[in-house]
Amino acid sequence: MFELILQNPITSALVALVGLSLLFGAVLGFAAVRYRVEGNPIVDQIDTILPQTQCGQCGYPGCRPYAQAIVDGDAINKCPPGGQSTINALADLLDVEAPQLDEEHGTESEVKKVAYIREDECIGCTKCIQACPMDAILGAAKQMHTVIADECTGCDLCVEPCPVDCIDMIPVETNLKTWAWELPSINPIHLIASDKHQRTGAAA
Amino acid sequence: MNTPVTNSLNSLIPTQNLIKVWEIPGGIHPPENKTQSMQLPLGSLPIPPQLIIPLNQHIGAPAKPIVQVGDKVLAGQLIAAADGTFSANVHASSSGTVSAIENFVLPHPSGMSGECIVIDTDGEHTFIATEACEDYLAVERLTLLDKIRAAGVAGLGGAGFPTSVKLNTKSTQKIDTLVINGAECEPYITADDMLMQVRADEVIAGTLLLSYILHHPTRLVIGVEDNKPKAIAALQAAVKNARVTGKDSAIEVVAVPTKYPSGGAKQLIQILTGREIPHGHHSADIGATCVNVGTAVAGWRAVRYGEPLIDRVMTVVGESLRTQRNIDVLFGTPINYVLEQHGFDANKASRVIMGGSMMGFTLPDLRAPVIKTTNCLLAPSKKEAPPPPPAQACIRCGLCAEACPVSLLPQQLFWYAQAEDLERLQAHNIFDCIECGACSYVCPSKIPLVQYYRAAKGSIRNHISEKEKADRSRQRFEFRKLRIEKEEAEKEAKRVARKKVAEEAKALLLQKTAEQKAAAANQPQGAADTNSVLAVPQVAAVMTALAKANADQLGFDEQKARLERILGAAKNSLESARAPLVPKNLEFPITEEQLVRQQSRIKQCELKLAEAEKKLADFLATSAPAAEDPVAAAIARAQAKLSLSPEEKLRANIESLQARLIKSQEKAEQAKAENSPTANALQLGAEKMLQKLAEAQAELAELEKSTPVTPARVEVSAAEHAIEKAKAKAAALATMSDDEKRAEQIQSLQTRLQKAKDRLAKAEAEGDANVEAFRTAMLNLEEKLNALL
Repeated sequence: MFELILQNPITSALVALVGLSLLFGAVLGFAAVRYRVEGNPIVDQIDTILPQTQCGQCGYPGCRPYAQAIVDGDAINKCPPGGQSTINALADLLDVEAPQLDEEHGTESEVKKVAYIREDECIGCTKCIQACPMDAILGAAKQMHTVIADECTGCDLCVEPCPVDCIDMIPVETNLKTWAWELPSINPIHLIASDKHQRTGAAA
Repeated sequence: MNTPVTNSLNSLIPTQNLIKVWEIPGGIHPPENKTQSMQLPLGSLPIPPQLIIPLNQHIGAPAKPIVQVGDKVLAGQLIAAADGTFSANVHASSSGTVSAIENFVLPHPSGMSGECIVIDTDGEHTFIATEACEDYLAVERLTLLDKIRAAGVAGLGGAGFPTSVKLNTKSTQKIDTLVINGAECEPYITADDMLMQVRADEVIAGTLLLSYILHHPTRLVIGVEDNKPKAIAALQAAVKNARVTGKDSAIEVVAVPTKYPSGGAKQLIQILTGREIPHGHHSADIGATCVNVGTAVAGWRAVRYGEPLIDRVMTVVGESLRTQRNIDVLFGTPINYVLEQHGFDANKASRVIMGGSMMGFTLPDLRAPVIKTTNCLLAPSKKEAPPPPPAQACIRCGLCAEACPVSLLPQQLFWYAQAEDLERLQAHNIFDCIECGACSYVCPSKIPLVQYYRAAKGSIRNHISEKEKADRSRQRFEFRKLRIEKEEAEKEAKRVARKKVAEEAKALLLQKTAEQKAAAANQPQGAADTNSVLAVPQVAAVMTALAKANADQLGFDEQKARLERILGAAKNSLESARAPLVPKNLEFPITEEQLVRQQSRIKQCELKLAEAEKKLADFLATSAPAAEDPVAAAIARAQAKLSLSPEEKLRANIESLQARLIKSQEKAEQAKAENSPTANALQLGAEKMLQKLAEAQAELAELEKSTPVTPARVEVSAAEHAIEKAKAKAAALATMSDDEKRAEQIQSLQTRLQKAKDRLAKAEAEGDANVEAFRTAMLNLEEKLNALL
């Protein structure tokens, strides 16, 4: 056996390599079938990063379709409710440069807003209920409607359909529970005195 | 790290045994500044004219007010009841009248307001009747806990955790060490020191009470920093006089080495027991409970005298005050009143801090009241507490890591907090930070590290809650989608079912008519199929119902065809009825009866035929003019056009052009033949038409190229429609300047106003019930528009 291998080094090497590749191919093939992942996990990951306002400002009917579109190669900077932090998180996940928010799809608002129905003016037409992607409006035909503020994502979609214009988008006020300290403002810090000169020198 | 060290104070306090204490990592030794406020005895203030009592002076849900404006209340009367387990009762601190229940500025770093009960005091301080308890050992533990809960006792050390919750440990947790916290490590504060000196007996009594409630832990330790020898002596004297039952373990008064922050609950437990509380656990998980001395006294008074918690010992200190001392202060006393009483010089003060110099916060508004957790008011002069110097760059000296009492990496946390890298912050256990400020204190670059951590913690919390909300939103959205799909599917199923029923009915009808025919043919047999006779009315009913249901949906042609079919059927049946009766069986000749029957049958058929004819005529008379009406026809054409895809439109266009071309060509030829003067013009027209046709064909070819597949017409739902609009709006907004935006807004408002007006007019004309609503909506819009203009 040993002699046979020595006598035919090329053939035996070929046999060994082909054998190994067949073996590993079989293992990999088995693994591919056995541990197949259903769907595209990246879509799920992107979907969890998106803010789930379902507002459609990106041009897709909801956050998940946009996540799918990103996987299919769309830009990651089309989500104004998520703002720059969402873009950064997406860029981090997809390992790309983080672009600026695409202004074409709207601007990031500094304050979160929720819809508020002026209830004495509501005529109970249910148009806003149909428009709400979140089922966050409560009411029935000819009955007063109201917004479940905790569930409202501030997507704005209910304002337009209201025939009596009784829906306002009001900013969410911070209360004692949601209040948090702010980061100290960062002054331009210089390590040593000469730093300053160098920096200005470089800039000039 | 936890190397035992021998107590350094043994020589000072000869009565004390050698008790082993452990050491916490890090820690600092800031200037103590504790002598200023200990020069004077414990004082008290005149009752302020107004008490502002916040409903949330503790951790947890705010209490719910149970008094109304105008009610007379006595001192110690319950005015707001705990809302749930994680809450605490609130009592009137003095007697008087409730003058308001409203939002008032709170002693909170945000300067925000919260609901408060305002009491105009009468100055008499009439106390409500209380229920004393001579011997608590005879009372059930749960009853004692209820008493403590009813008295609204919350942690007086600074956090304000409801004490009854803390003492009500889970059955699985065995508390073997009760730590009474008298360390008071924070600079400037001497409230606990004063309390231990003045009310040492009550501290010991409270300790024994808590020991009873906690099923007699094996160790009862009072930890006091060794910079309070008087307090230690007073406590030890009190221990000797204490009424100790057989079950109680001996109370150890332990002097712990002075080091900030040994007074933190977790730190003190570690110092006294050597056990460190693991990440994410509570002290009860390692069998220890830590209670502040003030809380112990409050608990004792609540049980022994039934006294609710309405006052506390508080340090008022700082160089901008004329008098610096400890006072017994009623909750709800406005802070500016307290300061006034101590000769506060606002010009001299740099700021007013609630709490000590390390962990306290600057009060944004001095009208805020004193609450259960206010252990100190520090009003330093500008010299005493100058504004913090500007932060310099981090020089990576590592002093902060050495000072950290919980062994975190403050420098790393600082970088991540600056970069807002929330994941790494959590990975570096930022939530184990007790915000003691030791790192900021030692930082040579004067970086306000704790500020960064506080902000980072806040943004992590917000981030988590946003994440939760997003997940909930996703669920709701997906559920909504599912629901809509289900509804659609149900509708579709119903539609299919209806269709099936209709088809079955039709089949049945056909069968019946066939049977009828057969019956008619078989008449000589004399036995008309009774079944079919019986079935006929049923079939007719189904038929009419179907006809009714379909009548609205069918188009003109279909209806006409149907009527014609009915007419044809009627004719057929008449013919078959008229057919001469042929005896099938020669043995049975045709009887009179049969003949009569046939006659009546023929008559019936004739009637039916006449009816059908009339119906058809009627239908044609009523619907035909409508169809011929040029306007209606135009509308129909327009509708047909609308429903066409662009491609189809083009095709139709081409067809009509071709037809017109042929006509015009014919005309031109005719004119030529007749040598008419218009022949040239007509020829020109025909050429133009040809050109148009070519253009249209080119367009069609292009369209076909660009859209090889005709786009499926998607039903646009309301939401999608709104999305489209919003998109367009957002896109337009992005490219516009502010002025343009405003102009755009005005324009859109105007169109909306116009719409609203139309709607209103329509509603008025129709006498709609919502006329009023429409009118207010229009007025609102007008107002908005005016505001913009």
